[in-house]
Amino acid sequence: MRDKTIQIRWHGRGGQGAITAAKIFAHAAFGADYPGVVMAPSFGTERRGAPVEVSLKISKARINDLCPIENPDVVVVLDDSILRDADVCKGIKPEGLLVINTARGKDVYEGNGKELRLATADVTRLAEEAGLKRGIVNTGIIGALAKALPIVPLQTLLDAIATEFGKARGPANVEAARLSHEHTRME
Amino acid sequence: MQVFDSGNVAAATSVKLARVQVVAAYPITPQTPLTEKLSQYVDSQVMDAEYVAVESEHSAMAVCIGASSAGARAFTATSSHGLLYMAEQLHWTAGARLPMVMCVVNRAVGAPFSIWNDQQDSISQRDCGWIQLYASDHQEILDTVIKAYRLSERICIPVMVCYDGYYLSHTYMPYRVPEQSAVDAFLPPYTYRHTLGPEKPTSLNTVTLPGGRTDIHGNFAPGYMELRESLDSEMKKAVAIYSEIDAEYLDIAGRGGDPIVQCYLCDDAEYVAVALGSMGRQLHDVADGLREEGIKIGVLSLAMFRPFPADILRAQLSGRKALIVFEKAFSPGQSGALRSELQAALYGEASQPELFNYILGLGGRSYSSVDFRSSIIESIQRKPGETGRCEEIGWIGLGR
Repeated sequence: MRDKTIQIRWHGRGGQGAITAAKIFAHAAFGADYPGVVMAPSFGTERRGAPVEVSLKISKARINDLCPIENPDVVVVLDDSILRDADVCKGIKPEGLLVINTARGKDVYEGNGKELRLATADVTRLAEEAGLKRGIVNTGIIGALAKALPIVPLQTLLDAIATEFGKARGPANVEAARLSHEHTRME
Repeated sequence: MQVFDSGNVAAATSVKLARVQVVAAYPITPQTPLTEKLSQYVDSQVMDAEYVAVESEHSAMAVCIGASSAGARAFTATSSHGLLYMAEQLHWTAGARLPMVMCVVNRAVGAPFSIWNDQQDSISQRDCGWIQLYASDHQEILDTVIKAYRLSERICIPVMVCYDGYYLSHTYMPYRVPEQSAVDAFLPPYTYRHTLGPEKPTSLNTVTLPGGRTDIHGNFAPGYMELRESLDSEMKKAVAIYSEIDAEYLDIAGRGGDPIVQCYLCDDAEYVAVALGSMGRQLHDVADGLREEGIKIGVLSLAMFRPFPADILRAQLSGRKALIVFEKAFSPGQSGALRSELQAALYGEASQPELFNYILGLGGRSYSSVDFRSSIIESIQRKPGETGRCEEIGWIGLGR
């Protein structure tokens, strides 16, 4: 019914910034000629450290279905430890795209028998190189997603990150996204 | 200006634009971010209002009653048990004919405890004398709150603006924010006709005996029952008055034109799906899909539940083959309230549609467009004349 909607499900941990990352990506998409953008965190309560999901739908048309994503085109995983706690690829469409922050390369996800496209980047290390405190990965992962799913120009995303974080924290976050973009591998 | 933010922020923005003077609220999920935003606005003087942090929802409404009686534009917001805790004061506000707007961020009611969405909270308060409006997206939340103040202050009946918890409250989507100057022109400062103040002490809503009486001038003074009758007859006028107000809003904001019901693909529709709130929006996609298969279906999203716009609904729905009514609330032992009231409105019409009722999403139970689709197909495949009985409920998502 709404096949042209790009459905991106983000998996992170409470407090890790998945909502902020999805919001930045949504803002940028909205500014890049996608008038239909809907973003929703998992409904209900959140605990720091517990797995959380964010649904982000992007379309050229108005989006009417506000339900959480069940069949994502793209799954974004903020760090590979979440693979132990959540079935991140549940419902993913055939030929779906999995973007994951990991140091392990393509071995990180065996695919559960699913035919997936996999993009990996060691965002944790790259973000630290960019000057962020260890464990701040939510801006880096935006760069990785932008590489694997080039629907929004990188510069638009970097500008959106700079706006979100302001003068003090902006530059390192922008650099984390840029470096992650550069080092993302399609496996 | 176009922004991308949550439904709760859209509501807070509209309260600021309406230049509300008194906010009294108690935080409750999923309304909390709305009141947090308002307290920030007041604290940072973006909004020139008194924020009264109360210890309960009952007190929140009591403060709003006082504020509105004293001539201030008042606002509160709540959900679920907060609304029910207010129940006594809800009746009082309506009986006292105090203008006011309250957002109800729809949430399930315990037991068992649930913080998730359905609409049992506001529907259970349908008889308390408040007007009930339902928004289906963020733009409607923002526009409806502003229009609701005009309506409430015009006819002296309080208004609930209801929107789905999480599906709207916590979801981000784009919406337009009108200029403050445009809202100021549309919504002038509030003056109440019987303003309570120390310079003119008055007793309001004192004990009223069962019968009417003559006043000191020998004229008949209305008693309790006359006041109730006028609440009914004047609330019924809200359908036409709200349409007029909406037409004015269309002029200043460029949005509106269908404030009571929104019909989608209804012109030639044999079947019509009916719903309140964000479900109406989702049903557009479902109808698009069914139309591609040649099924003549339309969608009627109801934006006003009290007063019940029976005339408009009769005009739109008589003569259809069937109505499929989707609800997130029901009356145990009967059916969905909307279904019952639709049938009552259509009773006696020459050509009555069959009616089918589906209850879904209670306590946040998941549902999808596929559920709407299969329920509609199930309904239209029933034999002609095999109408759903008034107490028959189709449950979506049981055992899921």
